Amino acid sequence: MRANYKVELASGIFLLLGILAMIWLATRATNYGQEIGKDSYEISARFGNVAELKDRAPVKIGGVMVGMVEAVELDPVTFEAVVTMRIDTRFDEIPNDTSATILTSGVLGDRYVGLEPGGSFEVLEDGDELFITQSAVVLEQLISKYLFNTQAKEEAEE
Amino acid sequence: MTDSAKIAAALRPLGDTGRIGLFLLRMLGSLRPTRSTLVNTLQQTYLVGARSLVIIMICGFFVGMVLALQAINALEQFGASDQVSLLVGKSLFRELGPVLTALLFAGRAGTSIAAEIGLMKATGQLDAMELMAIDPVERIALPRFLAGLLSVPLLTAMFNALAILGAVVFSLGVMGLDSGIFWSKLQTGVYFDQDFMGGIWKSLVFGGLISLVAVYFGYHARPTGAGVGSATTNTVVLSSVLVLIFDFIMTSFFT
Repeated sequence: MRANYKVELASGIFLLLGILAMIWLATRATNYGQEIGKDSYEISARFGNVAELKDRAPVKIGGVMVGMVEAVELDPVTFEAVVTMRIDTRFDEIPNDTSATILTSGVLGDRYVGLEPGGSFEVLEDGDELFITQSAVVLEQLISKYLFNTQAKEEAEE
Repeated sequence: MTDSAKIAAALRPLGDTGRIGLFLLRMLGSLRPTRSTLVNTLQQTYLVGARSLVIIMICGFFVGMVLALQAINALEQFGASDQVSLLVGKSLFRELGPVLTALLFAGRAGTSIAAEIGLMKATGQLDAMELMAIDPVERIALPRFLAGLLSVPLLTAMFNALAILGAVVFSLGVMGLDSGIFWSKLQTGVYFDQDFMGGIWKSLVFGGLISLVAVYFGYHARPTGAGVGSATTNTVVLSSVLVLIFDFIMTSFFT
């Protein structure tokens, strides 16, 4: 019985260690328990072009993450991209005339949504929509515009 | 060789698969929530799981270090060595942790299960049990199967934890990267539901596969010394192959 008890104790310790390792990994090394996205409200915005904005992309005000992109869908009637965002309830005093822009972190980094708070005294609530938006800057379009512009100028000079 | 013999040879793997499946059903059918099943399973958890702990932890630590080393070497060329923890975490949780743990487990514990049961059979212990009206499937096979099923996810978690520590030691201690960036990349980029739980589900399946194969080969070993030896070999070979095949299947279905 004595040896049996030791074995049971050892396997109990093993199970405990395994579960502890799981909890440690889940809380320290994954996004589980991250505060953003727990208590949150949804807002949406329409863009002409979201480039490669993805689900879970960060939503930032002044460079600080306040929420994340929940879904990117296409409006079948107006052909605009509808971006639904979850904003943490800690940031519940964002004015309702806030503008949204699709930005890039770094030169070739990931896309994120940047919010620029306006001056209105009314705040955004769950389900609200942002009306002032600015589409993503797409590098190829910029380059082609630049090329065509210089070509047109040269032709005009000739 | 006649035609019918050729057909029989070609169908043999199918028959083996069927027998393994039936054996699984027989084991699950003998599952009863009694105290002795629980005690036996706990004892096997110690033998199968706890005693594999040291090798799993050592291997995990070094896998983490080498992952960080390789990742930093490659990422430095793009000036992106900050991303090392993301690369280590994702590849570890999704693939390397479950698969390497399963392979190590097959070598460390699968063989010992197969050899033990095979030897019991060779020495007539299983027959003796049946004579005493003790079901050897319930008494011998089932606890080992359940213990494997339970142990592998826990071992995977510990492998992952030690590998993360290894990556920490290498990238923060040796390469001098910033610890805040290291942890925040993990906490924003590695997703709990997809990356972490996906790996845990995989390891649960691997645990079931390996212990099922080990128990099956042990139980059906030829009752000779050579039979026990080939049961052990077959266990390692088949369970390693199955782990890699199921890894592909699960990854392609669930992502």
